Amino acid sequence: MITMTARHAGTISPLMRLLRLAVAAALAAVVGQAAAMGSRQAAQKAGDEASQIEPEAMLVKTLIEVRNNHLEAALAEVEKVIQSYPNFRLAHLIKGDLLLARSRPLKELGEAPNAPRDRIEDLRDEARVRLARYQFERPADRVPKYLLQLNAEQKHVLIVDTRHSTLYVFENNNGVPRYLADYYVSSGKNGSDKTKQGDKKTPLGVYHVTDNLPRARLGALYGIGAFPISYPNEIDRREGRNGNGIWLHGVPLDTYSRPPRASDGCVVLTNQDLETLGKDLRIGVTPVIIADGIDWIKPEKLEEVRKDLVASVESWRRDWESLDTDTYLKHYAPGFSSGGQDLAAWSQQKRQVNAAKTYIKVKLDRISAFLYPGRDDLAVVSFDQDYSSSNLSNEMKKRQYWVYEKGRWRILYEGGA
Amino acid sequence: MTFMPALRRIPGIALLLGSLAFAAVAIAQNDDFAEAGKLFRSGQQAQALERVDNFLKANPKDARGRFLKGLILTEQGKQADAIKIFTGLTEDYPELPEPYNNLAVLYASQGQYDKARAALEMSIRTHPSYATAHENLGDIYAKMASQAYDKALQLDKSNTAAQTKLEMIKELFSSGARGTGKPAAGKSTSTIVAAAKPAPLAPPPAAAPASPPPVATATPAAPATPPAVKPVEPAKSAAAPADSDVLKVVNHWAKVWSDNDVAGYLACYAPDFQTPGGEPRADWEAARKARIAKPKKIDVRVESPKVKFTDSNRVAVTFRQSYRSSNLKVASTKTLILVKAGDRWLIQQERVGS
Repeated sequence: MITMTARHAGTISPLMRLLRLAVAAALAAVVGQAAAMGSRQAAQKAGDEASQIEPEAMLVKTLIEVRNNHLEAALAEVEKVIQSYPNFRLAHLIKGDLLLARSRPLKELGEAPNAPRDRIEDLRDEARVRLARYQFERPADRVPKYLLQLNAEQKHVLIVDTRHSTLYVFENNNGVPRYLADYYVSSGKNGSDKTKQGDKKTPLGVYHVTDNLPRARLGALYGIGAFPISYPNEIDRREGRNGNGIWLHGVPLDTYSRPPRASDGCVVLTNQDLETLGKDLRIGVTPVIIADGIDWIKPEKLEEVRKDLVASVESWRRDWESLDTDTYLKHYAPGFSSGGQDLAAWSQQKRQVNAAKTYIKVKLDRISAFLYPGRDDLAVVSFDQDYSSSNLSNEMKKRQYWVYEKGRWRILYEGGA
Repeated sequence: MTFMPALRRIPGIALLLGSLAFAAVAIAQNDDFAEAGKLFRSGQQAQALERVDNFLKANPKDARGRFLKGLILTEQGKQADAIKIFTGLTEDYPELPEPYNNLAVLYASQGQYDKARAALEMSIRTHPSYATAHENLGDIYAKMASQAYDKALQLDKSNTAAQTKLEMIKELFSSGARGTGKPAAGKSTSTIVAAAKPAPLAPPPAAAPASPPPVATATPAAPATPPAVKPVEPAKSAAAPADSDVLKVVNHWAKVWSDNDVAGYLACYAPDFQTPGGEPRADWEAARKARIAKPKKIDVRVESPKVKFTDSNRVAVTFRQSYRSSNLKVASTKTLILVKAGDRWLIQQERVGS
């Protein structure tokens, strides 16, 4: 049945105009100071990806069009995003808003009537985070302060910034860390600094990739693959942190991405990004540093810390070779522990062992060193150790945690890696 | 700030169509048409169809007859046939907004929102102030928004749907719905078709297109009235290059304003510019200077401009002006009267509203 109602012809046009302003203002509130945008360096990706459309940049372009009150252009942009990424939910939400803006005023992003509020909030968070990511201008003359020294094997290092939902990839350019790419990531529902099993938080610390789980072994939640990392590490255990199963993984195939705070503690990438990133990951090698906000410092400052730490390591090695056990033991912190041994037990054992030797030779190779995120007094040093002595020789991979106390670096933990 | 409706009459088209459709029609055959309309309104669709088919046999091209047939078929639930009828009308009479609107309603009822949207946009393109089409378009957008939200939120069944209530036009040449600036009186229900106004149905006009419908000219003129065709079409096409010259000037005016370019802005105004409050030119200039130079960021945009020549040296441009500065956002309808000085167009009057 056809229904007819008489309508007030004169109200249409100005109303439509009002709506435009309203939606522009609403989305602009989300966009924030988006005016400063545009200077962000495009992710330097390998050649075969150069032709790919960057969905985040496209989405941000949409929001800029909204801010400029070019709603037609914004709609055209968002349609492009959806065409390339049909499962990009945030893009659909913005499209919905742009369409709805033509029939009623909007107050904020995600005006879907009767929609579940939590899902809307999730998408709003994603919009905020993606915009902030886009707006953030990585200080090109600085590096994350954690990257003290990379060894030749570590071609890439990942740094996850949980606060800004971003994973950075730095490549090892003859020992100098160089920015390669960054990706939007989701992390723990309850934030970061994991302490307990089931707390749904993402751990903060220095880890590495420990495995590569193919899709066939995974549930749908993990998308195209997963790379478990080494949480809890030695320092986590020392500090009583527990839980396990912290992975880098993808997203279910029915979505392009997940909200910024969505996982039980894992770091979640889009499947597309995980696929790209996966090529650079080496089991047992690739470091994964997780920080709640990244400290960027000038390479000169980083070099000061690095020199100091590496000199301490070298001094420890020399003193070990010297068979002067007292001097050697001065490199260990009072709180030292290693596999159940405290400093006293360790000291006693070393005195005994060294007493039986006529010489010790220690060669260190592939030394890497990372400052611990959130803790300027803690560093992780890993290396290949080639130990030979009058009565015993061995080769091992070793990890030490060094703590800076009373003006010097000392060893807090030492063990096989 | 004020929001003025950007309504605008499109004179001439109804008259033109009236002439096309009826010039060759014998009066007697109008009986079938009138009867079909009555039957349609009383719900006797089968009989109505018979009558209108009779009428169309004699007048196969007739717009109103075909339009009515489309309505009857719609009422009968024969959507595919109705779509065919209305599509035909949009092809033969692309300047009529009503068939586009009804086509859109039919598409929307089939869930083909993109097609519905396209049809409504055509309807609005021909008649920018066509109220029903605007309303319907709003509903279509709401529907499409709902689809998008469902995808965004991965809802199994839609619960984000806005109420969709598309309105079918039952009257061709419904000047009210096309927007006369006057609200339609009260709620009309089923009497619209009967209310077919005499004006548009009046036989061919000899008058210029801009003049009001000549109700007086009751005698059917001879079919040989080609001049009646001309006023609409050639006026449009001939105006095009001049239009773009004028629009260039208007856009330039918005740009220099946006650029805080006071000198460039003032240069857009004719020496005999009529200051809005009748104040001395110098005072007006000083006030403008302060306004334009002061804000850090100004963005003035000209949207949906309509160019109307009074004569070859004088033109009125009505448009939506969207003004944004660091602390103010206003959209309003504005009209600039420009006059030609040598080979340049200069602003002689500026006023809010159309």
